[in-house]
Amino acid sequence: MNQTPMLEVRGLYKYFPVHQALADSLMRRPHSNVKAVDDVSFSLARGEVLAVVGESGCGKTTIARTLIGLEALTKGEIVFDGKLVNAHSQQPHIGLKQLRKRAQMIFQDPYESLNPRATIFEIVAEPLVVHGMIKDRKERVAAVKSALDDAGLRPAEDYFMRYPHELSGGQRQRVVIASAMVLQPELLIADEPVSMLDVSIRAEILNLLRDLRQKRGISIVFITHDLSTVAYFADRIAVMYLGRMVEIGPAREVLQNPQHPYTKALISVAPVPNPRLRRERVILQGETPNPINLPSGCRFHPRCPVAVDMCKENDPQLIELKQGHQAACLLVTKS
Amino acid sequence: MSENGNLFLRNLAGFWKTFRQNKLGLAGGFLVLVAVLVAVFAPALTDYDPSDIIRDANNRALTFAPPEVHGILGTDDAGHDVWSQLVFGSRISLVVGFMAGFIAMFVGSALGIAAGYFGGAIDSLIMRITDVLLVIPDLPLMLVLVATIRQMELKISPLAVLIVVIGLLYWTSTARLIRSQTLTIKERQFVARARAIGAGHWHIIRKHILPQLMPLIVANTVLILSTAILIESGLAFLGLGDPTKPSWGTMLNFAFDRSAISNGAWWFYLPPGIAILWVSLGCILLGNVLEEMLNPRLAAHHLEGEAGMIAIADVESKG
Ligand SMILES: Nc1ncnc2c1ncn2[C@@H]1O[C@H](COP(=O)(O)OP(=O)(O)OP(=O)(O)O)[C@@H](O)[C@H]1O
Ligand code: SF4
Ligand SMILES: [Mg+2]
Repeated sequence: MNQTPMLEVRGLYKYFPVHQALADSLMRRPHSNVKAVDDVSFSLARGEVLAVVGESGCGKTTIARTLIGLEALTKGEIVFDGKLVNAHSQQPHIGLKQLRKRAQMIFQDPYESLNPRATIFEIVAEPLVVHGMIKDRKERVAAVKSALDDAGLRPAEDYFMRYPHELSGGQRQRVVIASAMVLQPELLIADEPVSMLDVSIRAEILNLLRDLRQKRGISIVFITHDLSTVAYFADRIAVMYLGRMVEIGPAREVLQNPQHPYTKALISVAPVPNPRLRRERVILQGETPNPINLPSGCRFHPRCPVAVDMCKENDPQLIELKQGHQAACLLVTKS
Repeated sequence: MSENGNLFLRNLAGFWKTFRQNKLGLAGGFLVLVAVLVAVFAPALTDYDPSDIIRDANNRALTFAPPEVHGILGTDDAGHDVWSQLVFGSRISLVVGFMAGFIAMFVGSALGIAAGYFGGAIDSLIMRITDVLLVIPDLPLMLVLVATIRQMELKISPLAVLIVVIGLLYWTSTARLIRSQTLTIKERQFVARARAIGAGHWHIIRKHILPQLMPLIVANTVLILSTAILIESGLAFLGLGDPTKPSWGTMLNFAFDRSAISNGAWWFYLPPGIAILWVSLGCILLGNVLEEMLNPRLAAHHLEGEAGMIAIADVESKG
C-alpha cells in the first residue's frame, strides 16, 4: 500500500479582502479581510474519509474550493500525492489541470451545478472531453454508461439525451457524482453533497458514496454541517470553528469522547441514533462572530460555556491528546 | 451538436407557442418577412431593370411620370422605373444592413464575452473603447470615416466600406449587454464545476457561457439590424451609398438631389422612405418582443410554464 498521504494541507490561509468604504481608505485605515480559512493543517491517507464539520460560514466551502484551485490560497501549501499543488518550486509539483484529473469536487447545490443547456450525456462525458481521454466514440459511450450505472441511474441510456431540468434533485446529484467518477479520480472533495436534498433521498446518496469508496478505495473529504451524516461513513472527523480546525480525530473518538467544548456542544444537539449516547444539551449562546474581526485569544471564547480568563488572551493550538486525536483548547491537556 | 439541436427544436416549439400570442411580435415578423421575400424574389416582382430608361411613343425618356402614366410607381427624373428601383433597392439595403448588423453582433458578442469573462485589464480596455465610441456622435464619425476611405481609392466596393464601418462602430451596446450577462453566468456554479473538472477558458466559453447567451444574442441581433439599416439609409441619403447599386437611402438621395419634391413627384421619394420605415419598424417590434421573451434580465413571465429558449425551467424547478 502506498504510504504517501493522498492529501496534505499545511498552514492553509484564505483571506478575502473586504471592499473598503471610501471614508476608510481616505482615513488610511488598514485593509480588513474575511478570514475564511485561518491556518488549517490536516492530512488524508489513501482510501480514507475525512469529515469536515462545522456551522455555516466557518469556511468549509472555502477549504474545498481552495483545494481544487477555484480560489487562490493566501498562504500555505497543498500537497497532493506527495506533490506540491500549482507551485513552481524545486520540489516535485503538480499542475492544476493534472490535479483536476485525479481529484474531483462535488458541489453543494445540484440544481445549480449542471449546465441547464447540456444533456446528461454531455455533462458526464465532459471530463473525458476536457482531458482528451477515451476519444473513441463507442468506448466513450460505454464509459458514460458505466458511470451513470454506478451512480444508480439505470438504465443509463434513458438519461443520455435528457436535460437537468427533467431530473429531480437526487437524480441531479447522481449525475454530478457520475461525472465526477468518470475519470476514476483518487480524491473526491464533496461539499455538503446532500444538504440540499430531501431527507428521504439523503441516505441513498450517502450509500452511493460509501459504495463507491468501498469499490474503488477513493479518498474523500466529506464536508457537512450535520454530524448525524458523519457518523455514517467517516474514518476521521475534523471540527471547524471560524476558519480553524478545533478538533480532529478518529470518528468514534470524536463522537463518543469529544474534547473541545465546541465539539461537545455540537454533539449534544445532534440527533444521535442511540439515545444512550444522549448527553445534556449544550445550547451555545450568541451568534457566530464574523470572520472579519475575530475574537482575541481563543476565537470560541465569547460563546464558550467553560471559558476562563486566559481564554481571552491565548490562542490555543491543536495538541495531541491521544493517538491521532487533537484538540485546540486551553483547558484540554494530554491525559 | 445533434443533442443541442434536439433542445433547440423543442424550445422552438415552445417558443412559437408563446410568440404566436404576441400581436406586436407577429406584426414585426410579418414586416421583416415581407421585406426579405421582396429582396429574394425581386426579379419576379418587376418587368424592368432599375437601370432601364422608360421611353414614350416618341422614344423620349419618360421623366417624372406619375403612377397613372407608367407602371406601379411611375418613373424618376431620368426615366427609370421607380418600382423596380424600390424592389431591387431592398436587396442593397437589406444586405448592407444585415451584414453590418452581423458584424456588429459578432464583434459586440466576442468583446462582451471577453470583457465579462476575463475581467481585469481586458475588461477595462474594452469598456474604455465602448465609452469613447458612445460619446462620439456616430453619424458624423461614420461620415468622416466612409468619406476618407472613399478618398483613398482603395478599389473596395463602396458597399463593403459601408458594411465594415457600420459593423465596426455599432457593437458597443451589444458588448455592454453581453458583458453584463456574462458576468452573471460566470458566477454560476456549473461554471465553477467546469473549472474544477479542468476545463480551460475556451471550453468554458464555448460550452457553458455561449449557450446561455445565445437567446439574448439572437434578440439583440434583430434590434441591431434595424439600427444598421437606418444608418445605411442615412449614409446613403447623404450621398455615401453606391450610385451604381442604389439602396433605399440612395433613392432618397437622388430624389432630393433632383428636386422630386418641388416637382411634386411623391412616388419618387415616399416609397423608399416608407420602405425604410417598414423594415426598421419590423426589426424593432420583433427585436423588442424577442428580447422581452428571451432576456433573463427582463421579467421572464412571458414564458412561464413554457419550455422557453432560456433555461427558465431550471430556475423554476428551484423555486
Ligand atoms: N468570495 C468571497 N468573498 C468574500 N467572502 C467570502 C467569499 N467566499 C466566502 N466568503 C466568506 O468566508 C466565510 C466562509 O464561507 P464558506 O462558504 O467557506 O462557509 P461554509 O462553511 O461553507 O458555510 P455554509 O455551511 O453556509 O456553506 C464566510 O464568512 C463567507 O462570507
Ligand atoms: S480555550 Fe477557553 S474559550 Fe477556547 S474552547 Fe477552551 S475553554 Fe473555551
Ligand atoms: Mg458551504
